[in-house]
Amino acid sequence: MKYLDEFRAPEKVQSCLAEIARLLKGREARIMEVCGTHTVALFRSGLKKLLPKGLKLLSGPGCPVCVTPNSYLDRAIALSRLPGVTVTTFGDMFRVPGSSSSLEREKASGADIRMVYSPADAVELARQDPSRKFVFLGVGFETTIPGVASSVLHARSLGLRNFHVLCGHKLVPPALRALAQDKETAVQGLLLPGHVCTVIGSTPCRFLAEEFHIPSVVTGFEPLDLAKGIAMLARQIAEGSAHIEIQYGRSVKPEGNPKAVSVMDSVFRPCASVWRGIGGIPGSGLEFRPEFSAFDAARIPAEVEPERSNPGCLCGSVLKGTRTPADCPLFGAACTPEDPVGACMVSSEGTCAAHYRYGRES
Amino acid sequence: MAEKADRILLAHGSGGRLSHELVGSVVLPELSNPVLLELGDSAVVESPAPRLAFTTDSHTVKPLFFPGGDIGRLSVCGTVNDLAAAGAKPLYLSLALIIEEGLELSVLSKVMRSIRAAAEEAGVSVVAGDTKVVEKGSGDGLFTNTSGIGAVREGVTLSPSRIEPGDKVLVTGTIGDHGAAVLSERQNLGFSSLRSDCAPLWGLVAGLLDAGVGVKFMRDPTRGGLATVLNEAVHGRAFGIRVLEPDVPVREEVRAFCEVLGLDPLYIANEGKMVVVVAAKDAERALGVVRSQPLGREAAIIGDVVAEPKGRVYLSTRIKGTRVLDMLVGEQFPRIC
Repeated sequence: MKYLDEFRAPEKVQSCLAEIARLLKGREARIMEVCGTHTVALFRSGLKKLLPKGLKLLSGPGCPVCVTPNSYLDRAIALSRLPGVTVTTFGDMFRVPGSSSSLEREKASGADIRMVYSPADAVELARQDPSRKFVFLGVGFETTIPGVASSVLHARSLGLRNFHVLCGHKLVPPALRALAQDKETAVQGLLLPGHVCTVIGSTPCRFLAEEFHIPSVVTGFEPLDLAKGIAMLARQIAEGSAHIEIQYGRSVKPEGNPKAVSVMDSVFRPCASVWRGIGGIPGSGLEFRPEFSAFDAARIPAEVEPERSNPGCLCGSVLKGTRTPADCPLFGAACTPEDPVGACMVSSEGTCAAHYRYGRES
Repeated sequence: MAEKADRILLAHGSGGRLSHELVGSVVLPELSNPVLLELGDSAVVESPAPRLAFTTDSHTVKPLFFPGGDIGRLSVCGTVNDLAAAGAKPLYLSLALIIEEGLELSVLSKVMRSIRAAAEEAGVSVVAGDTKVVEKGSGDGLFTNTSGIGAVREGVTLSPSRIEPGDKVLVTGTIGDHGAAVLSERQNLGFSSLRSDCAPLWGLVAGLLDAGVGVKFMRDPTRGGLATVLNEAVHGRAFGIRVLEPDVPVREEVRAFCEVLGLDPLYIANEGKMVVVVAAKDAERALGVVRSQPLGREAAIIGDVVAEPKGRVYLSTRIKGTRVLDMLVGEQFPRIC
């Protein structure tokens, strides 16, 4: 298949791997792949096992489901219990446990919760049934936000009063800053998320090199993209340099996609936000601009249960790259994809789920 | 006098006059055979073989009609393929219909015609049946159940316990076609070239058994797909399976569909494919036999049975890396990004 097969060619990947080994010369290096899709792609392709021994890949906080705190899910669940309310969501939020329930369980108990493939589908459902309130769960990074923002604009143009978004969106650059400031994380290189940077560009990440001297490469998602991205990082590490490079040039420009960014900015504005396990990060969340507050599902009164979390779960440290899933006493025992404790195990992009599914030693 | 109803009414399930009319006008015209026409409480048939295979399968699918098939064809193929996987020639089916009040009679007739066609193709007779009607909102249009009886081929014993390291794993064609076609149709995703592979497989299987190749185990990779079936085969056993990713046949349009939605074809349902474990020495011959048949043209040997790791399936990837190929957990959901 064009645009896929050429990025999965074994011989090209092999030559990148040889280059990585040549550049690193057996030295230890800690590289973080920020994005959950990278984590899964590294495992699924088998690339992770082909990398030189001293190269340690850490998974970062780039899985939107994983960093969504219990309090968000608890509110979504509370909304789903209200009469006349339909909750619409992307599939991977469905099984994530909140403090005491999940959307999956609520659906089984009779709540009207529907999976959609696009926020536009959620708008369409609202248009078809004016008698119900439709709440779309807005979760995701800059990759997803423009689509949600444009669905809000669309709902406004249709004059819909029954379409709402529970905004749990998060912004990646502030989280990268928090990581860069975290002494424990201490990575020598970052694989930056290709799709987030397709929207925002690489420019908002320049501080990583300029302020923190961390080599960073915006990388795509095919095996050859990842191998090349790692080779580019290995070169910077070997040279002792630090700058922001774009490996994923077929999708990412330094300035990003200004139109998508402006749609996003027209509906939402930054606010402080809590990341599961990591805590509050200033300016890392989004809220509705006042002129769009009628779409804000957080304004619908609902009785939300007090937040509880499992004290044994190491999701937070895993998301920061300071611990691996295997360090967690719950991993693979009390916490499995069938019966997840933490979000990192339930999301298909979660670090724990990826380690469990693909990484267990054969 | 009121016009004849063109939709299913609750009274069609009452057991009274309307029930009889429904069976007489919609079901029997399609499935007529001497055993069924007796309309007794049980079908009475001759015992066809010393060893019988007996299986049951319920069918729910949304939408009822999809490219390449419909719930009727699925109801026949699902059960006859389970019999075929046991090395049994499918002979008799029962058919139970659970119909939602309000279903158009024309839809039911269309499903019945499809059942007839599929049964003829598979060489089975529907000899027993039942219809029930549930209130509107209690069903999804139409649910079916088929049970099947088949005559196990003499001398054929298929079981995971016969599998040994060195054996080859063969799949009789491209994977993921059915699940992708149904999902695309259900969500109106517009992948118009996708088509379910729904087909009865006894002919293909019989060809393989007749060829005298050392078939050890067969299973049709329906729900959960190829990966799940292979995991079932190794579970708790003293061997594992290695799958070579580049050798697994996947239709280009199914690959594209999966790439777009973030799904893995290895976990997508098939309704017209068989996974076959065969002795290494016979593998190439088995492949030739399968490929010589219309439903097996795209068959491939996709891996082998290994001594280690025991009880695990692993994938040797396109770029020559390896990873565990686990069983499907929950549903495959499209992702946020």
